[in-house]
Amino acid sequence: MIELSDYLILGAILFSLSIAGIFLNRKNVIILLMSIELMLLAVNINFIAFSHFLNNIEGQVFVFFILTVAAAEAAIGLAILVVLFRNKRSINVGELDSLKG
Amino acid sequence: MGFEKILFYIFSVLLIMSATMVISVRNPVKAALFLVLTFFASAVLWLLLQAEFLAIVLVLVYVGAVMVLFLFVVMMLDINIERMRAGFIRYLPVGIAVALGMVGMLIWIVSGEGSAFDHSVARDASYNNTAELGRLLYTDYVYPFEIAAVILLVAIIAAITLTLRRRPNTKHQKIEQQVAVKRHQRVRMVKMQTEKKFGEKR
Amino acid sequence: METMQIIYLLIVLAPLLGAILAGVFGKQLDRAAAHWVTILGVGISCLLSLYVFKDTVIDGAATFNGTVYTWMVSDGVRFEVGFLIDKLSAMMMVVVTFVSLMVHIYTIGYMSDDPGYKRFFSYISLFTFSMLMLVMSNNFMQLFFGWEAVGLVSYLLIGFWYKKETAIYANLKAFLVNRVGDFGFLLGIAAVLMYFGSLDYREVFDNASILNGQTIDVLGGTWSVATLICILLFIGAMGKSAQVPLHVWLPDSMEGPTPISALIHAATMVTAGIFMVARMSPLFELSETALTFVMVIGATTALFMGLLGLVQNDIKRVVAYSTLSQLGYMTVALGASAYAAGIFHLMTHAFFKALLFLAAGSVIIAMHHEQDMRKMGGLRKYMPITWITSLVGSLALIGTPGFSGFFSKDSIIEAVGHSTLPGSGYAYAAVVLGVFITALYSFRMYFMVFHGKERMDEHTREHLHEPPKVVTLPLIALAIPSVFIGFFYVDSMAFGDFFGEAIFVLPQHDVLGELSQEFHGAFAMILHSLMTLPLWMAVAGVFTAWYLYMKRPDIPDMIRNKLSLVYKVLVNKYGFDRFNEIFFAGGSRLIGKLLWKTGDMFLIDTVVVNGSANTVGWFSGIMRRIQTGYLYTYAFAMIIGLMILLAVFVL
Repeated sequence: MIELSDYLILGAILFSLSIAGIFLNRKNVIILLMSIELMLLAVNINFIAFSHFLNNIEGQVFVFFILTVAAAEAAIGLAILVVLFRNKRSINVGELDSLKG
Repeated sequence: MGFEKILFYIFSVLLIMSATMVISVRNPVKAALFLVLTFFASAVLWLLLQAEFLAIVLVLVYVGAVMVLFLFVVMMLDINIERMRAGFIRYLPVGIAVALGMVGMLIWIVSGEGSAFDHSVARDASYNNTAELGRLLYTDYVYPFEIAAVILLVAIIAAITLTLRRRPNTKHQKIEQQVAVKRHQRVRMVKMQTEKKFGEKR
Repeated sequence: METMQIIYLLIVLAPLLGAILAGVFGKQLDRAAAHWVTILGVGISCLLSLYVFKDTVIDGAATFNGTVYTWMVSDGVRFEVGFLIDKLSAMMMVVVTFVSLMVHIYTIGYMSDDPGYKRFFSYISLFTFSMLMLVMSNNFMQLFFGWEAVGLVSYLLIGFWYKKETAIYANLKAFLVNRVGDFGFLLGIAAVLMYFGSLDYREVFDNASILNGQTIDVLGGTWSVATLICILLFIGAMGKSAQVPLHVWLPDSMEGPTPISALIHAATMVTAGIFMVARMSPLFELSETALTFVMVIGATTALFMGLLGLVQNDIKRVVAYSTLSQLGYMTVALGASAYAAGIFHLMTHAFFKALLFLAAGSVIIAMHHEQDMRKMGGLRKYMPITWITSLVGSLALIGTPGFSGFFSKDSIIEAVGHSTLPGSGYAYAAVVLGVFITALYSFRMYFMVFHGKERMDEHTREHLHEPPKVVTLPLIALAIPSVFIGFFYVDSMAFGDFFGEAIFVLPQHDVLGELSQEFHGAFAMILHSLMTLPLWMAVAGVFTAWYLYMKRPDIPDMIRNKLSLVYKVLVNKYGFDRFNEIFFAGGSRLIGKLLWKTGDMFLIDTVVVNGSANTVGWFSGIMRRIQTGYLYTYAFAMIIGLMILLAVFVL
């Protein structure tokens, strides 16, 4: 049988992959945004798994809301990216260092 | 091994592989497409967990709308692919180390817990996941539901506000000013001499 | 108020008024007015003191102990200004005012061509006021006020010619050394306050016996309280009365004008310490350790300072070392519990030492401010009055029978001989040997100045003449008591009941009481002395001086070459000054430099102040690298934080 821990491990792996993605890519903001989507996906898998194994549908309700907000956030993130590209003509993360101390 | 388990393993491997591809391919278009594949695999996994509504919603909304949006943006931006890869190899060891550390920790935490849970409650065929979800959503969680709608509205307005460009020299009608105009701004009474009648000598 | 109280107040305030008028209004007053107003003040004081003396001593009036003004009352302790007029203070008042009056008159002549004329009169009047406050006081606080005030005026007067560098060194040295003594004194007064709860003499002396058997733990050792208090008070006396090792300021105080050397450093200020110990006799009697300490210090001073007088070439320095030596004699008397004899010698010494100083000043004026004795000689032809008075003074000093110095000095020597305290043997040997030394140096000075070959240059010799009457009259006025006062007062003061309750002696220490059994009057004492050692020591001293300086003047040089090491030690004043210079002065400078360089500059400025700023800068330089501005760095930081948090929860 598939245990809960299997799903949780899956979620964990996905999460760490997305973190590696954030950290490793220094050249592409779009990949950054995609890694964030992956992170949210990992969390969603966790929620659904728990909802199934604890027999509580509220986990799925929460996933519903996460999906909504994630979509909104992706839209706004991409809008920012577009404006950024317009001004800097590049989406290199390494060039976004105006906050450098 | 049950059919379920095989399915689970196939699709989870697919999931992990495509996620890895997302973060490691050069071409952002390919990365977006791999992300789409990841979402599909995830949807299948959710079906295995008897969350049908959300699996379909994932495909419809996330893949259908959000990923398409990603692709639009990727293709719209004029990206120079060549200069993209320099930093990747240098930071690879650290990244892998951090990722492995995180995974190791999480696995260590969660493993061994699962057997306490009672899984796969048998349900009869009339169990409708969508109806159940809807019931909860429209009664107990109505307020967060409305707020989610407002969030979406705000997201629309924000996205438009951020990216709207006006051309500098176009003329538009400003309706509000047109409607608010007063007579004295348009009409001016002037005294003038009468013109000669037709046929009179000049 | 009764007349006597008004008289006491006038005695104290008249000199003060004179000082203020001459000092504050000096610009408006001319020279004559300045000196008349101060002389009037001190003159009134002198006449009234004589009246008080007659009233108290001759008519036998009761002791007056009263408060003039209560300054404050704090926690039950009263701080007052008050007078205690008994025989002891009456005698001191007469001595102080009389010598001060003589010095005032003398100054008219001595400082006649000095630009600071009016300032000088103001200062010496102020000094008279301070000294009178000291001797007339009835509590420790006023005593300390007078003590400090005389120290201050001494500082002002030693450095009177403030443009002269040596004068400034000297007055600072006097003040600082006095300060060391005053520190001990203040600790003593604090101890008195602690144990008696009051600063009033009457209350302290009446309850003196409560100190019996009490001990205190100080600096790791257990001391008897009486010993501790007495030694601390005596340290004050050591500073003021220039006992070894706090004597180093007195020879240098000769930088001041001669009148003040006469007034302050012969007759009055330096005797304040002696007076104080005699006043505190009820306390000192309680501690044999303290009395032994006093006696040994006094004997050491008497002998060794006398030896230094032998090698001085400046006329004033000889008299200064003589003063030191005689102060040692007075201190020895105090240590042997012969307080009356000590005070008696104080009185006679005031007169003949002031006389000797003023005579030296007269010589200096005549020699146009030349003070080196090697350039003098044969002056008796030119200045007869000065010569005769100097001779009288010297004879009194060495203890010639019949002169006043004889009575007081011999009383002391006999008293020390009878004392049973440990160290009295050493003290007796020192004072007897001191007689020889005293005679030797005083007649060395006499012969070198007034007899023998004239060694001054032609120009000075032509201008040699007796100084004006204002200078010589005080000399004569002081010479008379130097001769007669001892004769008249020896039986009542030294061996009798002159001081009455003012001085308290325990029966087992009462050497004067024993001596008075053998005393049969002044004449008998003179005759008796022919059979005792001191007289012959004095004669031997005079004879040696005559031989060495009149007959065979080449011998002193020969002795100096033969005993060059001894000579060197004496010329360097036993190394006290060098020691103080290196150890205390140099040590203080070293500590100051250390604290400045290391403590202030290095530790505080560099390490703490600049160091903390630099540390912040260094730290922020490191922190700056973390603010990369890159999104992934921040995300990474968050992840690391998250992992650490997880680790904490898990482990």
